[in-house]
Amino acid sequence: MFKFLTISKNLGAILLAAAFGLTACDKKDDGKGTGGAKPAAAGGKSIVIDGSDTMLNLAQKWTEVYRGVKPDVQIQVNGGGSGVGIAGLIAGTLDLATSSRKLSEKEIAKAKSEHKGKEPREYIVGMDALAVYVHLNNTLDSIAIDDLAEIYGEGAKITKWSQLGGKVGMDNDAIVVISRQNSSGTYAYFHDAVLGKKRDFKLGTRDMSGSVEVVHTVAITPSAIGYSGMGYKTNDVKWLKISKIKGEPAIEPSIETVKSGTYPIARPLLIYTMGEPSPHAKEFLDWIMSPKGQEIVKEQGYVPL
Amino acid sequence: MSKPETNIQPPAAAGPLSVGRTSRFQIFVGKGLDASEPIVELLIRIFGWSAIFFVLAIFVFVVIEAVPVFASEHFSFWEFLTSGSWRPTSPVREQFGIAALMYGTFSVTILSMLIAVPIGLGAAVYISEFAPPKIKETLKITIELLAAIPSVVWGFIAVLVLGPIIVKTTGAQDGTNMLNAAIVLALMSVPVIVSVSEDSLRAVPDSFREAAMALGAGKWEIVYRVLFPAAKNGLLAAVLLGVGRSIGETMAVLMATGHSVNVSLNPLQPVRTLTATIASELGEAVVGDTHYRVLFLIGIVLFIFAFVVNLTADLIVKGIRGQQND
Repeated sequence: MFKFLTISKNLGAILLAAAFGLTACDKKDDGKGTGGAKPAAAGGKSIVIDGSDTMLNLAQKWTEVYRGVKPDVQIQVNGGGSGVGIAGLIAGTLDLATSSRKLSEKEIAKAKSEHKGKEPREYIVGMDALAVYVHLNNTLDSIAIDDLAEIYGEGAKITKWSQLGGKVGMDNDAIVVISRQNSSGTYAYFHDAVLGKKRDFKLGTRDMSGSVEVVHTVAITPSAIGYSGMGYKTNDVKWLKISKIKGEPAIEPSIETVKSGTYPIARPLLIYTMGEPSPHAKEFLDWIMSPKGQEIVKEQGYVPL
Repeated sequence: MSKPETNIQPPAAAGPLSVGRTSRFQIFVGKGLDASEPIVELLIRIFGWSAIFFVLAIFVFVVIEAVPVFASEHFSFWEFLTSGSWRPTSPVREQFGIAALMYGTFSVTILSMLIAVPIGLGAAVYISEFAPPKIKETLKITIELLAAIPSVVWGFIAVLVLGPIIVKTTGAQDGTNMLNAAIVLALMSVPVIVSVSEDSLRAVPDSFREAAMALGAGKWEIVYRVLFPAAKNGLLAAVLLGVGRSIGETMAVLMATGHSVNVSLNPLQPVRTLTATIASELGEAVVGDTHYRVLFLIGIVLFIFAFVVNLTADLIVKGIRGQQND
């Protein structure tokens, strides 16, 4: 009798606990929904932005200034990397996905299948040169894309600065290769532009989580090389001029060379929406592409449209 | 005239308020508390069972998200376990080998234990056996403070403070590497090791120490000939708890290791751990993708490691002889 009481008490407790726990389950079993901020319905005026770390400073500055233009719109900005923004676009957890690379075929297909009847829309909101940074002590001034590929690519043949004729003021001149984590649009763009579609990155690069970190690490490591947006240059690093093919003149990143297309590794800065954006998000986008928004692009060190 | 014993409490208020003279209010509240006892008991039972339930639920969730990966054509379990090539987003060929990542986790953990165990055990012995009472209290509090530092702050310390120190003292090119992470993890594990070791040393009865002293043993002799063998289960458990902490640590090692898929015996080289990989890549993986599921599979691998470590600690504490035969 006593044993039955104990068992039934415990059973009752288990069932109640389980019932409580199961209320947390989502009934969506098609794999959708990573939670996080849901974009507001047409009534509430809020915009959720996530994505490119390269564009993070830019997006934050836009948000700050736009607050003066339309103070009733709440904007939330995050920057986990272009990959994170695109994953959020597909999952439907944001309004605007900032990206420093284009959507891949696979991602477009996945987005279309998750949101029936809608297509991802692309808006070009600025341009950026991908700068290659080295330490101030480094005597090298310019580099060719082929050599860059031999430093970063699989089967890398260039492992010391002396192979390129550069000196870093240390005995050990093995190149410390700084890269980004694979959620980064900058990483993906660099792969495309420098290594091409047939060659992988080499293993053993130090994968930083943000553009600022790359520049900071290069600034304190004499034998380092790293790539980051041109807007992240500081006085503690210098950038290399890039030549498309060895022997050709090397071009320095600047607004003019990006606009004229002579700088070989420049990319558009993009914002993606799933289908037609909500009216207040569309207003924001229009403002970003207007002269006012583009002025901020220039201020932040990028290239306006 | 002696009063009859009318001050004996009525038995109805036999709950928590039945000490001393009982007022009517106290009886009322006491009866309420008594009536609520079965409810409280039920609540406590629910909490107890829900703890088990939630742990199981987490495990089931991770398994459900991970297991479908075995059906995917891109994925080979053999490659997963043995290949050092981790390229989950490669446009050329996706590769999901975690051998280099496992090496990263193990190398950093083992190196950190080599640093933490002597320091931790030494501190525990000092606190328990040699320190005067005031210093004992101060040391205990300070070491607990070490445990209170958030892991991301350790990451900052690793990059901004330890990094330049390592560059200066060892001539390494970059300060974030296996050694840096090992030092930081050691500093994080030391409080755990010291607490548990000190407890198990204190649990050794004084009669052991007195008997040894009576036989003419010196203080240090007492420690390593009497106390260590007597407390060895607890000490081993302390070390294994420290190992568990190091294996599971994420933020600090993400920043301190240099986050590089790299296998090298040189502690001045960067590495990458399993935990840091999940932390840095899960946000980007599209839900339901192979990459996403492989990250959950890595979670299962970590579960297994942590489980094995904890199980070993448990078995050792229970005194079952494993490889540690005396």
